[in-house]
Amino acid sequence: MTVEVWAAENTTPADIDSALRKLLEEQHVRGEGLAPARVVNMVAVVDAAWRGEILNRLERVGRYHPSRTVLCAVEEGRTTLDASARLSADGTGDPTLISVVEERVDIRMGPSHLKRLDAIVDPLILPDLTTVVWAPHGHHEAVEAMHGLADVVLLDSSDDPNPGRAIGWVCRQHDHAYVVDLAWLRGTPWRERIAATFDPEAWRPALRQISKVVVRHRPDSAVSGVLMLGWLASRLGWVPGSLVEEGGRHHGRAKAGKLEVSLQLDPVPDLGAPGLGGITVETADGMTVSLDRAQGGLAAHRRTRDGQQSSWVVLGASRGEAGILGEGIRQALLRDPTYGPAVRCAGKMLS
Amino acid sequence: MATVQQENPLTEGLERTPVHPTTLIIFGATGDLAQRKLLPAVYNLAHEGALPERFNMIGIARTEQPDDDYRAFAREAIQKYSRRQPDETVLSSLLERMRYVPGSFDDSAAYEGLESIANELDEEADVAFNRIFYLATAPGFFETIAEALGQRGLDRREGAEVRLVVEKPFGHDLASAQQLNRALLSVFEERQIYRIDHYLGKETVQNMLVLRFGNGIFEPLWNRSYIDNVQITAAEDIGIGTRAEYYDRSGALRDIVQNHLLQLLTILSMEPPVSFSADEVRNEKVKVLHAIKPPTLEEVPERVVRAQYAAGVAEGKDVPGYLEEQGVAPGSSTETYVALRLGIDNWRWAGVPIYMRAGKRLSRRVTEIAVTLKPVPHLAFHESGSLGVQPNQLILNVQPNEGVSLSLVAKIPGARMRVRPVNMEFAYGTSFMSQSPEAYERLILDTMRGDATLFARDDEVEAAWGIVDPILEAWQNADGELPQYAAGSPGPAEADQILLAGAEWRPL
Repeated sequence: MTVEVWAAENTTPADIDSALRKLLEEQHVRGEGLAPARVVNMVAVVDAAWRGEILNRLERVGRYHPSRTVLCAVEEGRTTLDASARLSADGTGDPTLISVVEERVDIRMGPSHLKRLDAIVDPLILPDLTTVVWAPHGHHEAVEAMHGLADVVLLDSSDDPNPGRAIGWVCRQHDHAYVVDLAWLRGTPWRERIAATFDPEAWRPALRQISKVVVRHRPDSAVSGVLMLGWLASRLGWVPGSLVEEGGRHHGRAKAGKLEVSLQLDPVPDLGAPGLGGITVETADGMTVSLDRAQGGLAAHRRTRDGQQSSWVVLGASRGEAGILGEGIRQALLRDPTYGPAVRCAGKMLS
Repeated sequence: MATVQQENPLTEGLERTPVHPTTLIIFGATGDLAQRKLLPAVYNLAHEGALPERFNMIGIARTEQPDDDYRAFAREAIQKYSRRQPDETVLSSLLERMRYVPGSFDDSAAYEGLESIANELDEEADVAFNRIFYLATAPGFFETIAEALGQRGLDRREGAEVRLVVEKPFGHDLASAQQLNRALLSVFEERQIYRIDHYLGKETVQNMLVLRFGNGIFEPLWNRSYIDNVQITAAEDIGIGTRAEYYDRSGALRDIVQNHLLQLLTILSMEPPVSFSADEVRNEKVKVLHAIKPPTLEEVPERVVRAQYAAGVAEGKDVPGYLEEQGVAPGSSTETYVALRLGIDNWRWAGVPIYMRAGKRLSRRVTEIAVTLKPVPHLAFHESGSLGVQPNQLILNVQPNEGVSLSLVAKIPGARMRVRPVNMEFAYGTSFMSQSPEAYERLILDTMRGDATLFARDDEVEAAWGIVDPILEAWQNADGELPQYAAGSPGPAEADQILLAGAEWRPL
């Protein structure tokens, strides 16, 4: 791992940009096998006190890390910009292989800088690459300042304990940029498996017979549950009604043509990782399909309408929170056409 | 709003679309291919949640052992060869679904045992699993196994699909390939047969289709008016290792050119398909193969060169020559290097020489396709002090540095108008920050999905052998010793003899 570092106090974006270019030129002259990565710019806005924790999270995302990271650490009372820039290569030591160079700019700034964050980071992001803004500690004004510059807003709608407020914020971002929501990505294996359950042709008609959906979630991940219900509603053409909260549980109904679907969100206290813990889908003719977290994947259980029961494990490794963040960065380069409709349905359920 | 009819609206937007419950049956389950490639690939698919939600695997091989011993073997293979550290919970769950049938491939009792376990797995789950028979055995068993499966009625299944995956080599000449096709097609339908060429599972090879047909910049230039020549290289720096028994009967022409390099050539030169469905793509590939005129017996010496590596130096160490390698027949005339010149007789490519070379124990490991454009008619800037001005080249790097580079001529900074070549590079690693999945993962998944686009069809395999056959015949009748090249060198000097005037091999 080659590391080249430049640092300055009370500096300007132009000086940082110039220093980065110089570092890249110097490194290019020294090593022909080094190639700068050109995938995605990430502007991360964090509380200075938690900067290290965020850097650790970004280090652990593995191969899906951003190619240029601009880490903006916000300190109360600061009025000047201090910055450092570094290049690092993922060299394998094999001279016949290309080593990929990543760039990171650290800027320490004050809260007053956030309203014009776009002006500060604009010279520091590579044009023609997708730019992602991520503000894991709030800093909504920074995200809003980046609306003209960022193609993607990376967020975790589970960060806000109030699901209605969380979905409202997501909807507002959706008007300005493509949103990648880590809470949505935690639900990907569940959506895949529910889709697979009903995929055999013999089972597809059962999609029109769904009468009840219960989603189990970690208590702080109600948003993940609502997004799952929003996804089902949007894909299956249900007209969702409002969810009502009672004793930490949400319940409500949706219209599926002439049928009514009962919707329920159950918090499960003992779940280790955030996100969903299980889902049960029932049909009007008595079939039940359940998926729950298990060792080595998801435990599936099916009861057919004639009462036959079967259980199996759907294989798949947990991606962990680092894997979810890495997936979020990868998804910044893709587009999921089902997220927006799911969020809108979720919004209706929480209105 | 999605309508709920016979479509499954829940699959919209998913990267991994559902795959029907599947039982994968590997013949040769304790062999080298299973150990190094298939078992790790199956594990990685399980790790990523890409296997069907209900999945079983049955291994079949001669070794007498219970299920648990086979599971221990599979565990060790996965731990040793998987591209990622296995997750113990996933690995254990996967191993639980593995069963083992001991038996010889010509023993009907083995097929009885296999059918019994496969049926038992279906009954346990109350699902008619698709069945994929993967022939990871020596090629001599392909016909035997297919015939035995047919006799047992395992080639068809009510309510589920049955597929047969056949590893290379698919025949050793045109006649044997035709015979094998006849034998397989007497039991299975063509749509059930998946002939593996693992090169087609590589991301860079698939990207050739995207590069050609997804970028408007190339298509206008992709013809005889602008392309001077094409060079396809598959160079290995290693020797034959432990594969002497196979390699000495095969050689570079059969091992690399007949399958991998001709596949690369078809993708490079085919016409745009109407769609990317399996048959549309394969129809276009077959047209290219039919347009390649095989060399006549008389033309072989001037269009094809073969050679054998002699002792030399690799990675700083002395290494033996081919004839000194363990397991090679004394006085063997098997080629470890081949270079040839072909042409494609159609409107797009007529007159464009296609050069191919493949070899072992060369100076560098590289697989690439170099498309050299015709030079500009007049280079006004060519002043003294300009360096190595060459026509533009588009290089498609298949391995190890997966990517694409385009050589251009640029002005050297300074007062004078001097020029030199520079490269525009696209490297997979720098643009996607991701490791390409192993080719076998993609191909196994495609067999489970029933997508045959990346597999060779019967007529495709036969057309490829039809190009290579006259060369094999000419060599069979040839006298004299093979040219030699030192291990660790760029290959034999004789390779230059097949180049047309003005052409030269790209340096390795």
